[in-house]
Amino acid sequence: MTQSRKRVLFIAKRLLQAVPVIFGIVVVNFLLLQLMEGDAVDVLAGEAASATPEYMAQLREKFGLDRPFHVQLWAYVSNVIVLDLGYSFRYDMPVVDLIMTRFWPTMLLMTTTLFIAITVGIILGLLAATGLNRWRDTIISVLALVSYATPLFWVGLMLVLLFSVRLGWLPTSGMETIAAFYEGWDRVLDIARHMVMPVTALSLFYMAAFTRLMRASMLEQSNMDYVTTARAKGLTERRIAWVHVLRNALLPVLTMGGVQVANLLGGSVIIESVFGWPGMGLLAFEALFARDLNLLLGIFLFAAILVLATNLIIDILYTFLDPRIELS
Amino acid sequence: MTPSTSSSFWQRYQRNRSAMFGLAILSVTILMSVLAPLIYPGSPFALVGEPRTAPNAEFWLGTDTLGRDVMAGIFHGARTSLMIGLTATVVSLIIGVIVGGIAGYYGGTTDNVLMRLTEFFQTIPNFLFAIVLVAVMTPSIYSIIIAIAVVTWPAVARLVRGEFMALRNREFVQACIGIGMSDARILALHILPNCLAAISVIGSLMVATAILVESGLSFLGLGDPNVMSWGYLVGAGRTALRTAWWVCTFPGIAILLTVLAINLVGEGLNDASNPRLRDK
Repeated sequence: MTQSRKRVLFIAKRLLQAVPVIFGIVVVNFLLLQLMEGDAVDVLAGEAASATPEYMAQLREKFGLDRPFHVQLWAYVSNVIVLDLGYSFRYDMPVVDLIMTRFWPTMLLMTTTLFIAITVGIILGLLAATGLNRWRDTIISVLALVSYATPLFWVGLMLVLLFSVRLGWLPTSGMETIAAFYEGWDRVLDIARHMVMPVTALSLFYMAAFTRLMRASMLEQSNMDYVTTARAKGLTERRIAWVHVLRNALLPVLTMGGVQVANLLGGSVIIESVFGWPGMGLLAFEALFARDLNLLLGIFLFAAILVLATNLIIDILYTFLDPRIELS
Repeated sequence: MTPSTSSSFWQRYQRNRSAMFGLAILSVTILMSVLAPLIYPGSPFALVGEPRTAPNAEFWLGTDTLGRDVMAGIFHGARTSLMIGLTATVVSLIIGVIVGGIAGYYGGTTDNVLMRLTEFFQTIPNFLFAIVLVAVMTPSIYSIIIAIAVVTWPAVARLVRGEFMALRNREFVQACIGIGMSDARILALHILPNCLAAISVIGSLMVATAILVESGLSFLGLGDPNVMSWGYLVGAGRTALRTAWWVCTFPGIAILLTVLAINLVGEGLNDASNPRLRDK
């Protein structure tokens, strides 16, 4: 079999493996919906304040809430398959449409953060590992340790305090100055200015994680036989570190990148609510505030599928980067 | 543990300066949580002064938007953070040890099924899952503890599985099986004690994570409404960031220092229990 055919089979297999996981997440979502105290009808009735028991029963029948458990589960699953995540009564909009309007701002925030955190993390980890136990290593390691212990929301608020309240350099919230009606490059620049603080706050923690991992990974690789061989060939330490060790040390960082996407989605709830960034995280926060749990669970399901998709992409990337991986 | 090894463990730990620094800060936090009801009797939610009083001689860290003493909040919040951090970690360790232990000891299909379950829980975005769980169960100390335990046990299960798998084939375990000892007895009395060092290291680091998760939840308004916590203080103070910077700032520093201290202690424990890796 050719390499590319093998790769297609590998991807197909991975896709197939993802199906039961998605199904599991859908079931967990359904169970959480059931666990909620009271159903949507109670909420609606509470708002109307004049609902009669007959009217409530009618509503339950309309939404199918009076049917047995497995029928409801099946109805829920078949709805999710066609991407019907229900209706948000607060926003008067289907949940999926609502999520899609908030999807791109979150993606923008996350990809920028991930890019910065990984790049800077790799460089700092490399600098720390190559200057092991010297001042460079000490400073970087202490910084990483402190950023790793700092709560995201606090970093965000402190940045606002410093750069917006005291210095007045950066806007405190939102994604762009809507009233200004910027177009073209002016708009890009405006969005970039709004991004500086949320991205910095969100990056710090993950940068620390990548720095620590990269440092450990470099140190682990430096004990390998191929390094001794390279040294015996008379290569300079600099060349060994930057050319030979670096490539191998990058692999665990890539794996970690996939894991961090899941955590970033959680972190974006906090950062987006601190900075009023109009993404999925802020939507989740608003859903919490409005007690719109159906919307919250929709976001949760969407996020879980997003994480699965990312992991799949990373698996595929891996097959290109590390030829030792068996594709069969 | 015999006295001689425990004393050398302590000696090794003592030599690690950053670990001792962590222990010192952690001791202060523990002291604060113990002394909270003595120094600040009465509810930390009580309105004791003018709203938004800047730090002064009476209120060292100022008062918040309603006139509550921030220092009292930090003392009482220390209790909440440590209590939730510890309890959630214990619950998580129990689930993780049971799942990982059974998977590692029995292997085969049992292992396969349990590990699939563990991986499944690891795929779900952690913090988001915790938010959803607390929101659905309605916020309280118990729902927060359950949520943190539910999202953190998979890491423990994986670690314990590896340890149990390795130990299962060791001679002393084979000898136990040979003399017909029951599985439960072997697992609890012979294998588990050999993994306690590894479990306590991961456990200490998990307390730090649990405190961070708890502070994030209560910042978002998902804290127990009857209990003072650091995340709640920051969340409640953020609307007054312009006029009363101290309300958000000091509780955040408390979280930062406590989490940092626990991480340092955890790393110190790890280094002291693996002396060979110390200089790596």
